[in-house]
Amino acid sequence: MRNYLIKRLAQNVLTFFLFLTIVYFVMDAQPGDFADIYLSNPRLTAEQRQALRASMGLDQPVYVRYVLWLRDFFQGDLGISFSNYPRPVLDVIAERAPRTLTLFLTSTLVSFYLGFSAGKVLAWRRGGLLEYVATVGGVTLYTVFTPWFGLMMIWIFAYSLRLFPLGKFVDPVLWQSAPVDANYVFVRMLLTALISSVLLFIWLLATQKLDPITKRRTRWIGYIVLLAGIVGYWAFFTSGAAIYALDILRHLILPVMTLALISFAGTMLLTRNSMLETLREDYILTAHAKGLPEKVVRDRHAARNAMLPVVTSLVFALAFALDGGVITETIFSWPGMGLTLLNAAQLEDIPMVIGGLVFTGTLALTAHLAADILYAYLDPRIRYS
Amino acid sequence: MAEKMDLVPSQRSPAGEAAARSTILQTPLWKVRLQLAWRGFKSNAALFAENKIGLIGLAVIVMFALMAAAYPILINTVWDPNIYDPIIGYDFTQVEQPAPPSPAHLLGTDPLGRDVLSQLMYSAASEFALGVVAALVTVIVATTVGAVSAYFGGAIDTIFMRLADIIIMMPFVTVLIVLSVLFEIRMLHLALIIGILAGFGGDAIVIKSQALTIKVRAYIEAARIAGGSDAHIIFRHIVPNLLPISFLYMMFTVTSAIFSEAVLSFFGLLNIRMSWGLMIHTTSTAGYLLDLQKWWLIFPASIAITMLCAAFYLVGRALDEVVNPRLRKR
Repeated sequence: MRNYLIKRLAQNVLTFFLFLTIVYFVMDAQPGDFADIYLSNPRLTAEQRQALRASMGLDQPVYVRYVLWLRDFFQGDLGISFSNYPRPVLDVIAERAPRTLTLFLTSTLVSFYLGFSAGKVLAWRRGGLLEYVATVGGVTLYTVFTPWFGLMMIWIFAYSLRLFPLGKFVDPVLWQSAPVDANYVFVRMLLTALISSVLLFIWLLATQKLDPITKRRTRWIGYIVLLAGIVGYWAFFTSGAAIYALDILRHLILPVMTLALISFAGTMLLTRNSMLETLREDYILTAHAKGLPEKVVRDRHAARNAMLPVVTSLVFALAFALDGGVITETIFSWPGMGLTLLNAAQLEDIPMVIGGLVFTGTLALTAHLAADILYAYLDPRIRYS
Repeated sequence: MAEKMDLVPSQRSPAGEAAARSTILQTPLWKVRLQLAWRGFKSNAALFAENKIGLIGLAVIVMFALMAAAYPILINTVWDPNIYDPIIGYDFTQVEQPAPPSPAHLLGTDPLGRDVLSQLMYSAASEFALGVVAALVTVIVATTVGAVSAYFGGAIDTIFMRLADIIIMMPFVTVLIVLSVLFEIRMLHLALIIGILAGFGGDAIVIKSQALTIKVRAYIEAARIAGGSDAHIIFRHIVPNLLPISFLYMMFTVTSAIFSEAVLSFFGLLNIRMSWGLMIHTTSTAGYLLDLQKWWLIFPASIAITMLCAAFYLVGRALDEVVNPRLRKR
């Protein structure tokens, strides 16, 4: 497993370099120059333009400029955003990244869980009206025009039923007297989610070897302790930020629901296909013959093995989720990296656009690596090869 | 082929040759091939029709094709071009633009006074063209890349697979947004870009694994022993066996192309004259995006995009059951 991880990490670093190279050369291939934007003053003479271009380093050959760009990139200097002048690009990214991460992680988990459960049940009851309805409904949700779907969700849930807010991520009236800023709350929310999932994972591993009755009891004790820990932390150690976190969560529900609904169908259909192939195996027949209840056969024997191709497909689904995130952030005015990228694109703010692309690429690479590790954990053949 | 079967053709007289040929093959070769193809097509069509969902998708596609075909007829006969032109028409008989649906304008007019139904029908043709061009480019690129990397292996294989890894990893629309800032993108450029990105991406990996299973078959080795060059084996033996699965992925590329174009023109990042996404962009810039009283500005275009994308995806899934026998019900 360790060798596999090291190999994957090295491959990821190589891919990241390749990605940066491609980004740079595509950016360099644009007709015209960076200088055309800075030097749009018509009163400059030709010699002055030439001198300004030389001082910006644009008259050097392309490989020299590429090396300089890489050097600046690894020192954290991604340029200055034209539309947010004079803020540097990295500053804007650092401000908006936690919001996108929260939206992306939550919606991916919800959509995967929803798709997997729906596909599991669907494959178990083959044929009949349910299959047609689920397939057509799932495919329609998958291919629905996302901006329109987002607007419909806003209209139904936020406008007509008034269950959720109309958009944005904070309620300005509530936050007027807040002692902390939004990123403080976001970072703490993300850390809480990360640490509690790691702890949950360790707890599940540790209680695996017990007998069923003790296992269930011990696990539930663990869940309650974890929940109490989270509530205690937010109530006492975050200087009153709990109510603001709840406000952000309330704004998070509708975008997450929209994103999960449009991406769960892919996972659902793939799980169904994968389960259909798994159900033909001999061990399913054995499990039935042993007299195990239907749910146990379906969940602990068939679904466990059917999960492998679904996790592989997570890589494709991640790209789709990142795309959906950009569109959803626009419709719900959720000020994350997706909305920033789009605004920068509409204002032709090239440093910001490149910064957004690099952020998205890094996120995609990291998620890809995480999916590979998960797959290696689930499939012992890869671990021990 | 009939000529090659004669061992010593120079020793026969012309009449003798004709007599020899007629005993080997009664019907001409092209007719035999046509009959075999027709029989194969009929059995595949029967398999396709078993799954009603594929038929629904096909029906929707035919409906949109009819819409696209009906537009030139209507604009030349019944409709007055000054009023009903989808780009420069203007209806001055309506008091307030955008006008609600009426007998003269079945789906109303948009904020600039142009008839919505005529815009819908005009764009259907360009969406089909976009989808077909993107799909064809994808099929050509993906099949070639898959076959070449499976056949040669080694360094070529590694390069193409690394490239495909990077491409699948990147979210499609984000890359297109970035490209639209750096370059000016029109419909044809968009189709080519989508085709190339999809062709070098995930499709290449699937087609390569399929080509690997073809490469180890006996007839490839036989062809090599008979003296076939690399190009001959790839293009005459491997590629024709890859075509069913390529055709399948073509459907998904069309879905992706239509969806990406709609999203990009909704954001206003493309340089095109009229499309469904552009209709919604016009609504958005005029400020009517959240005004659901004027439903005809948003619903027809969005529903058209959704239906056409879903139709191609459903047809693709039904074709999946034809191409991949393990998914069939039996």
